[in-house]
Amino acid sequence: MDRRNFIRTGSLALAGSIVAPTFASPFGGSSEKTAVSEAMKHFGVTENDLQKVIAAALEKGGDYVDLFFEHTFSNYVGLRDREVNRCNSNIDFGMGVRVISGDQTGYAYVEEITLSEMLKAAHTAARIASGSKKTNPVALTEKPVKTNFYTVSTPWENLLLKDKMPYLQRLNDRIFDADKRVQKVTASLTDDTSHILFCNSEGVTFYDYRPMATLSAVCIMEENGKIENNYASRAYRKGADFLTNDLVDIVAREAVENTAKLFQAVKPKGGEMPVVMGAGGSGILLHEAIGHAFEADFNRKNISIFSDQLHKKICNENISVVDDATVPFNRGSVNIDDEGNYGQKTYIVRNGVLNSYLHDRISAKHYGVAPTGNGRRESFRNVPIPRMRITYMESGNMNESDIIASVKKGIYVNQFTNGQVQIGAGDFTFFVKSGYLIEDGKLTQPIKDINIIGNGPKALADITMVGNNLELDNGTWTCGKDGQGCPVSQGMPSALVSKLTVGGES
Amino acid sequence: MKFELNKFHSTNEIMISNENKNLARWAMDFALKNGCQAVKVNLYAGSNSSFEMRNAKMDRLQQASENGMTIALYVDGRYGTYSTNRLDKTELQSFIKNGIDSTRYLAKDEAQTLPDPSRYYKGGKPDLQLLDPNFSNINPDNKVQMARNAGEEAMGKDARIISVESSYRDGENFEYKLFSNGFEGETGNSWFSISASVSMKGEGDARPSSYWYESALMLNDLVKEGIGEKALERTIKKLGQKKIKSGKYTMVVDPLNSSRLVSPMINALYGSQLQQKNSFLLNKIGQQIGNEKFTLRDEPHLIGAMGARYFDHEGVATQPRTIFDKGVLKTYFIDTYIANKMDIEPTIADPSILILEPGNKDLQGLIADVHTGILVTGFNGGNSNSSTGDFSFGIEGFLIENGQATQPVNEMNVTGNFLGLWSSLAEVGNDPRLNSSWRIPSLVFDDVDFSGI
Repeated sequence: MDRRNFIRTGSLALAGSIVAPTFASPFGGSSEKTAVSEAMKHFGVTENDLQKVIAAALEKGGDYVDLFFEHTFSNYVGLRDREVNRCNSNIDFGMGVRVISGDQTGYAYVEEITLSEMLKAAHTAARIASGSKKTNPVALTEKPVKTNFYTVSTPWENLLLKDKMPYLQRLNDRIFDADKRVQKVTASLTDDTSHILFCNSEGVTFYDYRPMATLSAVCIMEENGKIENNYASRAYRKGADFLTNDLVDIVAREAVENTAKLFQAVKPKGGEMPVVMGAGGSGILLHEAIGHAFEADFNRKNISIFSDQLHKKICNENISVVDDATVPFNRGSVNIDDEGNYGQKTYIVRNGVLNSYLHDRISAKHYGVAPTGNGRRESFRNVPIPRMRITYMESGNMNESDIIASVKKGIYVNQFTNGQVQIGAGDFTFFVKSGYLIEDGKLTQPIKDINIIGNGPKALADITMVGNNLELDNGTWTCGKDGQGCPVSQGMPSALVSKLTVGGES
Repeated sequence: MKFELNKFHSTNEIMISNENKNLARWAMDFALKNGCQAVKVNLYAGSNSSFEMRNAKMDRLQQASENGMTIALYVDGRYGTYSTNRLDKTELQSFIKNGIDSTRYLAKDEAQTLPDPSRYYKGGKPDLQLLDPNFSNINPDNKVQMARNAGEEAMGKDARIISVESSYRDGENFEYKLFSNGFEGETGNSWFSISASVSMKGEGDARPSSYWYESALMLNDLVKEGIGEKALERTIKKLGQKKIKSGKYTMVVDPLNSSRLVSPMINALYGSQLQQKNSFLLNKIGQQIGNEKFTLRDEPHLIGAMGARYFDHEGVATQPRTIFDKGVLKTYFIDTYIANKMDIEPTIADPSILILEPGNKDLQGLIADVHTGILVTGFNGGNSNSSTGDFSFGIEGFLIENGQATQPVNEMNVTGNFLGLWSSLAEVGNDPRLNSSWRIPSLVFDDVDFSGI
């Protein structure tokens, strides 16, 4: 590839921009050029090159090949000790070649996008198959982004570092102003922008422009010699219009409230008890208790606790759980997945019945069903695998106050930091940063820092009440699987799980 | 600017190309000429391959190599870092220039400086032997065979087996550092691992699984046999797990999992946490934190050991140091920035090889001394509070009755505070995993809160 040409096609070398971004706004603005043809120019490749690489990848008899090109530009700016005094920018660039033979996968990637490097990667990935085959090239046809769930009006690269700094300063000041006990604040703003170009041996090609932004604050408070810390964050697939004073004020208020609450909080007495999951972040229960176990790769391999449960009733008929890629500007939204399938709304559980697994290409073929658009990858360095997007339970018909009132002795939880699951055994956990004791139907003493553990199918079957107050949690959730991180989000109406094991003192 | 270099290599081979080293030098000079008072350039390069099998048949093969550069710019009392995997001089010019312009917008942070050159590693120590000289000559067919063998050891050995996954992975990593006040250093290491995991039919719909792995820096040192067998044995043992009664139990943690309890103690010692008042070990130097069985040392210079190094990421020379001596806290991890910021003496940015002073019994011996307890063989999620030291983790393992591990247990939580936990350390085993840079043996703690039924 001609590097100079690359710079010319992409560069917006604004002096004082955080670094010279070698790319501009989303492609596909002009009528005479398709997004894909502009993206090919950006990556310095021609259709002819792509056909050569596809042919080389199929030389050993593979069934299918796809090529995934990525150019990502990431910026971080940070505040510490009351000043915006740190920044980082990163450019990541490369392409991956995947060959599928049966349900086996060969994968290789390169960081230098030249025909010879791509061919080298293709020959490596091709080795997953062990025959020989001559294939006729299939003409590439652009699959347009049907609905753009993350339209960008102002690309991040239009902003200079100095344009971003006042928001972090405001975040810091709002937190210090809110409470005299605040000792320290660290805050950060990140933005990532990716150009994705994809094509496969079936002739599908697409281009997607993916923005992502996060704002977060950690707050440290001291009261009578006791120190506590907590945080708040927001993440959206948005361009620079992400940055508003309103957003800053929400994060500031939440960071302070979350931290202040901890001084009164205790550890509950541990053991089995009813748990009311508050609306919003409690979606972590769905993500861990059932979401992962519904990812079709685990079921295809027969190692998920839900492997034999498709189309069976697994919980109360008032419960429907979806994995949705179509919420505008949501962190987990996907216009088109990393295998060329449109993002969509997938019912995992519909009216209590296990309705669909979350598929990638290999598993959809294995089960003989249409793909669900869950084939995602962390970057060009990784193979796509089934991943969640925005996982939530649909609203039921109860008021939260009635759910709480039904519990004599238990806990209410609504802030979480992390969770985990064992796919086969079904044991899942999530860590509760804060919540409340429920005594005689009322929220009483705040609680903090306890782990909750349960078993997926049992916990799902034990959900006996669902609130009418679905909320999505727009925090900075990243899901890890097979060493790949993937942006997701989750949501939940308030719900009662009649029995979970709560950590605590004995 | 005065420019003196301490040149040395910690390995025998030079794996960052001379072309790229020249590029690093050019980038440093370019940044200095364009307004920086000091510059750090880091180059990395690496390659890796993996062969994953399912039921001893190839499932996925992956192979790649990569490289990139990070450049840290000190501009008029301000500091920014910039990284890219596009190592092209023309692009780097605007990348660096714009980085300098950007950095100028930041607030000043005079504590951001390069280390005092007197603290840099000066060379002269023997090769650490972290790099397998035959790395690039290993036949891929042999790699596939090693992965397959691990799977075949388990396959067909028990009618309840649902799936056996096994893998072989290897990689090489290299780093080159060039700092403008006179440090040049290069490191490199190779690594190899074989793993297996076995899923079995359990009670109801459950498909419990367990795993085993071996890893080494040199292929010749890699244990290649018994991995699938061990994964199967560990899975069979855990069949029939159940939750038991909540209460205070003696907790025994096996050497595969004991690091989990050390890690929050180490995090609490970092200067960045202390300076933010976000550490439950703040202002505790010289105090008794754990009991006298808790002695933890950093031993960076062990030849051929995972994690060995002569300098940290700042180029500062490492040295053996005691972190906890018979339970008394002896040191924090203070890098140059925090030392400047807090006006204290720097130590080292982070530990290299952690050794918890072993006792004289293995895991079986420790269990034999426990009347009633829980052996933890896996943590499942959980977290801790960095300000207070409170923790709560999910666990699985075995009930210990009269010196024997009996009923497999799961779906329980262990909850407490790290200060109390390490004061209740009752015994330390003699069995750390030597293929880890954290050599933490089996541990026994008295009176720990478990919640179950």
